[in-house]
Amino acid sequence: MPEPTIYELSSPGRTGVTFPNTDVPKSNLPEFLLRKELPLPELAEVDVVRHYVNLSKYNYSVDGGFYPLGSCTMKYNPKINEDTARLPGFTFTHPLQPIETVQGNLALMYTLQDWLQEISGFAAVTLQPAAGAHGELTGVLIMRAYHKDRGDAKRVKMLIPDSAHGTNPASSAMSSLEVVQVPSDGRGNIDLEALKAACDDTTVGLMLTNPNTLGLFDEHLEQAIRIVHDCGGLVYGDGANLNALLGILRPCDAGFDVMHYNLHKTFSTPHGGGGPGSGPVGVTEKLADFLPGPLVAIVEESTEDEPALYGFFNPKKTIGRVKAFHGHFGMMVRAYTYIAMHGPDGLRQISENAVLNANYIKARLQGSYKIPFDRTCMHEFVAEGQWADAPGIRALDIAKRLMDYNFHPPTNYFPLIVHEALMIEPTETENKETLDAFVEALMKIAEEAKVTPDLLREAPHKTPFGRMDEVKAARDLVLCCWLPEDYGKE
Amino acid sequence: MNIPSNLKYTKTDEWFDPATGAMGLTDYAQGQLSDIVFVEIVTSVGEQTAPGKAIASVESVKAAAETYASASGKVVAVNEELSGNPEILNTDPYGKGWMVKVDGGENSALMDSGAYSKYCEERAH
Amino acid sequence: MTYIPHSPAEREAMLATIGVKSLQDLFKDIPARHRYPKLDLPPALTEMEAAAELGDLSAGNENIASDLVSFLGAGAYNHYIPSAVDHILRRGEFYTAYTPYQPEISQGTLQAIFEYQSLICALTGMEVSNASHYDGATAVAEAANMAYAQFRGKRTKVVISPTVHPQYRETMRTYVQGMNLDLCGDDPQADLNAGPEMLETLIDENTALVIVQYPDFFGRLYDFNKLIELAHARGALVCVAANPIALALFKTPGEMGADIVVGEGQPLGIPLSYGGPYLGFFTTRKQFIHKMAGRLVGETLDSRGQRAFVLTLTAREQHIKRERAISNICSNQGLMALAAAVYLSLLGRNGLRQVADLCFQKAHYAAEMVNKIPGYSTCFEAPFFNEFSVCCPKPVSKINDHLLDHGILGGYDLGQDYPALKDHMLIAVTEMNSKEEIDALVAVMTEVSHA
Repeated sequence: MPEPTIYELSSPGRTGVTFPNTDVPKSNLPEFLLRKELPLPELAEVDVVRHYVNLSKYNYSVDGGFYPLGSCTMKYNPKINEDTARLPGFTFTHPLQPIETVQGNLALMYTLQDWLQEISGFAAVTLQPAAGAHGELTGVLIMRAYHKDRGDAKRVKMLIPDSAHGTNPASSAMSSLEVVQVPSDGRGNIDLEALKAACDDTTVGLMLTNPNTLGLFDEHLEQAIRIVHDCGGLVYGDGANLNALLGILRPCDAGFDVMHYNLHKTFSTPHGGGGPGSGPVGVTEKLADFLPGPLVAIVEESTEDEPALYGFFNPKKTIGRVKAFHGHFGMMVRAYTYIAMHGPDGLRQISENAVLNANYIKARLQGSYKIPFDRTCMHEFVAEGQWADAPGIRALDIAKRLMDYNFHPPTNYFPLIVHEALMIEPTETENKETLDAFVEALMKIAEEAKVTPDLLREAPHKTPFGRMDEVKAARDLVLCCWLPEDYGKE
Repeated sequence: MNIPSNLKYTKTDEWFDPATGAMGLTDYAQGQLSDIVFVEIVTSVGEQTAPGKAIASVESVKAAAETYASASGKVVAVNEELSGNPEILNTDPYGKGWMVKVDGGENSALMDSGAYSKYCEERAH
Repeated sequence: MTYIPHSPAEREAMLATIGVKSLQDLFKDIPARHRYPKLDLPPALTEMEAAAELGDLSAGNENIASDLVSFLGAGAYNHYIPSAVDHILRRGEFYTAYTPYQPEISQGTLQAIFEYQSLICALTGMEVSNASHYDGATAVAEAANMAYAQFRGKRTKVVISPTVHPQYRETMRTYVQGMNLDLCGDDPQADLNAGPEMLETLIDENTALVIVQYPDFFGRLYDFNKLIELAHARGALVCVAANPIALALFKTPGEMGADIVVGEGQPLGIPLSYGGPYLGFFTTRKQFIHKMAGRLVGETLDSRGQRAFVLTLTAREQHIKRERAISNICSNQGLMALAAAVYLSLLGRNGLRQVADLCFQKAHYAAEMVNKIPGYSTCFEAPFFNEFSVCCPKPVSKINDHLLDHGILGGYDLGQDYPALKDHMLIAVTEMNSKEEIDALVAVMTEVSHA
C-alpha cells in the first residue's frame, strides 16, 4: 500500500524541531520584502521518522541484496567509511577556514591525490569534480585548453566509440566539440582502421572506456592510443570500469593522457539513490598545468621541529575551478579509508575477484543466454536478453522477472551496440552462493520465457509495486505534491 | 505500416507532400519512437530550410530524435498544435501531425511510396 | 582487510567452471610489460587501525563543534542539523540504493525526491524543481546552459552581477570557455554600492540570461522586480541564486518573476564537511521544463492502479540524447536532496521561520554592536539577512589571527575578491551563535583595533 506524501501527513500546528528563543534585542524585519505564506508541511518528529522509514522499505539496496548493474560497480559500501566521514573533526570544518586550522583535511586530500596518482600512474590529480560526468567535462576542457595553448585552433573533433556512455558525447558537446563516432569491430575492440581514418589534424582526441562497456579489454589498446597520439591528439580514459584494473594495469602506463575516477564506483563510496558521487581527474605531466585549481600541495616543507604545511596552489594555466570549494570532501574521506584498508595487495585482489566473478557467471550462463563476444571478459559482460524461440520476450521482461527472485536487474539496453542488452557486473564483494543463486534465477527465467512467457511479460508479481505507466507520467506531468489553493496561507 | 502513395519519403523517415509543401515524420518513425511526449519545432516562418537541416526535435518516453527537412524551401507555416498535443504524431503523422510547410519545396533525392516501403522492409531485423 | 568473501577453495572451483588454471589466465589481454604494476602504497590496515588513523587526521583540524566559534559564511553556513536527519540518511535502504531506474523497487527514493521537488518549489515560489545539481555554483552554470538551449543558440550573452559569489562566477567562467557564450558584468571593480539596476545597461537583445544572487554575496537583500521586468522586456531570462533559509522569511524570487531560481542547499540539514558534498537546487517554470537538465520525478499509476513515482521526461538526458543533451549530468546529489527534504519536513513552516528569524535577529544585533566599535563600520545601506560587510581599521587577516587566538573563526576577507573592499570583512551569524558569542566577537574585535 503506497505511503502518503509528506504533505498528506501534515497537520496544522505541528513542528518536528523547535529552537531556543531569541536572546538578543529585537530588530525589525524589512516590511517591503516579507513573504506572505510559506507552504511547507507541519509534522511531529515521530511522523517524519515513520514516513521515511516506511519509504525506505520500498527500496532495494546493496545492503539488502545483489545489484549486478553493469558499469555501476555496486560493491558493498563499508560501514567504517560512514563513521570516518562523520567524524566531527571533519564535518565541522568550513571550506574557507585558514589552512593552518585544517591541516588534517589537507593532509588527507594531499595523500588521496597521491594515492590516486599511484594507482593509475598519473602525474597530478584534482579532487574537485563532483561526479564522473563532471570529471569528464573537466578532462575535455583540459584537452581543449592544451591544444589552444599550443596555438592549435584547428582541433575541434572528439572521437568517441559507439559503445560509449552517453556522458562522453554530452561532455564533448558542452565543450562545443564535434562528436565523431568510431565503430567497434567484431571482437568488441575499437575498429583500428576506422580510428585511423578519423584521426587528423582536427582531432582533439579520443575518449575511450577500457575495459569498454561490453566488459572487454581492448586487444589493441596500445595501438589505438598510438594512432591518436600520432595525429597529435590526446587520449581520455573514462575510468568507470577501473574496478577491473586496480593493481593490474595503470592507465597512464598504457598511454592515457587524462582520466576520471569514480569514487562512488571503484572506491566504494555509496550511491546514495543517485549521488553524491565524486569524479577526481588524473593527468600526465604535460597536462598538469591545466588542472582546475586549487590543488592541495605542500607549501612549506617539514623541518626537524615542524611537520610539513599543506596548502593550496593554482596550476599555471588552470582551466579554472569547476565548482565552489574543494570537491566532495565527505566522499574523499570514505575513499581514503577504503584505500588505506586495502593497501596495494588488497586493491589487486579487488580486481582479480571482480573479474573472476564476472567470468564465472558468464561461464555458467553459456547455453542459456547468447553472449555476443566469445572472449574472456573483465569485471562485467553483456548478454542478450532475447531468444528466437521466445517471441516477444525482451530484456525488459527478464529484468522485471528477476525482481520476483529478489535480485535487482542488470543494466538494460546499454551499450547500444548489443540488442536487448543485459550488462552484468557482480563486483568482488559477492559470495559464491549469491552468484549461483543469480545464475539459477536467470536460467529459470530462460525456461519460463519459453514455457510461460506471461510470467515475464507481466512481471514483477511479488514486489509492492508493478510496472509503471511511463506514458501517463510524461503526458500528464505531475511533478509536485498537489496542494489546495490556500495551503500555507496565514 | 501506413505509407500513403501521394507522398514522397526520405531515408531518414520524413515525408513530403509536393501538393501542399507540408512535411513531417513517417508512420515508421513514430512507431520506432513509440509514445511521443514532446515536440519542438526548431525552425520558424521565413527561414530557409533544406534536407539535412533539423525542423523538429522529438522526444518519446524512451527515445529522442531530430526530424529533418525533407525538401528545400522557405518555411511558410509551422504547426502550433504539436507542442500542446505531441501524441498527434503517433495517431496522425501524415494529417494533423504535419510539422512544417514550405514554399517551393524541392528534393530530387526523395523516394516514392513503393521504394520507401521496400526500404522499411529491408531494415527490419 | 578486504571485503572479498571467497575462500581459496571457492576460487579454485570457480576457475574450474570458467575453464582456466589460475587468476592470471583471466588477464592475458593486458599488455605484458604493464601487467601487475607494483603500487607504492602503504600496507593494508585493519578497520581498527584505519579508524585510529582517520581519527588522528580529523584531530589535526580545529573544528566548529569543539574548538571554534564561527562567524564565517560566504556560501557555507553553520546551521543546526536535527538529529533525525542523519538517522534517516544512515538507513542502508537509502544510502546504498542506486539511481531509481527500476521504479518497482525504488519507490522509497522516488517518492522522497518527488517530495523534495515539492518542498523546493514551495520554498522558491517556482513551478518545477529537478532532483538536484552538484552545488549552487554548478546550478548557476546549468542555468546558463538552459538559457542557451531555450534560445537555440541565437542569444549568446549572459549577464552576471559582480555581487554573485566569486566562486560561482569563477565556475561560470570555466564552463563558458567551452560554450559559445559571452559573460558580461563579471567585474569585481564595478560600483558595488549600485543596486541591481547597474546591470540594466548590459541587458540587450542578445542577452539570454541575467544572473543575480539573493541575498547577494555581501548579504544584501534587493527586490528584483524591476530588473526582471526590464530583462523580460528585452527578451532575456533571469536566474536568481538564493539562500534557502532566507526564503523562509522573504519574498520569493518566484513572486518577483524569476524564470530560474537556483541555489546552494547546504544550509538545509547538510554538514559543512569542508565544502562537500553539498546540494545545488534548481527550479524553473513549466514552460521551460524541456530545456531543464537533471533528473525529474513524476507521479503516475502502476499496473495495479496504485499511485507511484517514476523518473520522467528522461529523453532529455544524456543517456538518450547523448551529444544533443543540454547537459552531461548523470549522478546528482540524491542523498543530499533527501537530507534537505527531511530537514524541511522536520522544521516545517514554523521551524524554518524560527531559524530564519533567529539568524536575522542575531546578525542585526551583531552588526549594531560591531558598528559601535570605534574604527569599524558596516559598509552597506541595503537591508540584509544574516551576513553583513564591515569596514575594518586593520587588515582582515590580522583581525582574524587575533580572533583565532581567542577560539573565534572570523569572517571572510572581501579584499581577496574585490579590490575596492580591502580591509572589509563579511560576517555571518546563524541560530548557532549565542549572544555571549557575539559579545565575545565584539570584545576581541575591539581589542584588535587598539593593538
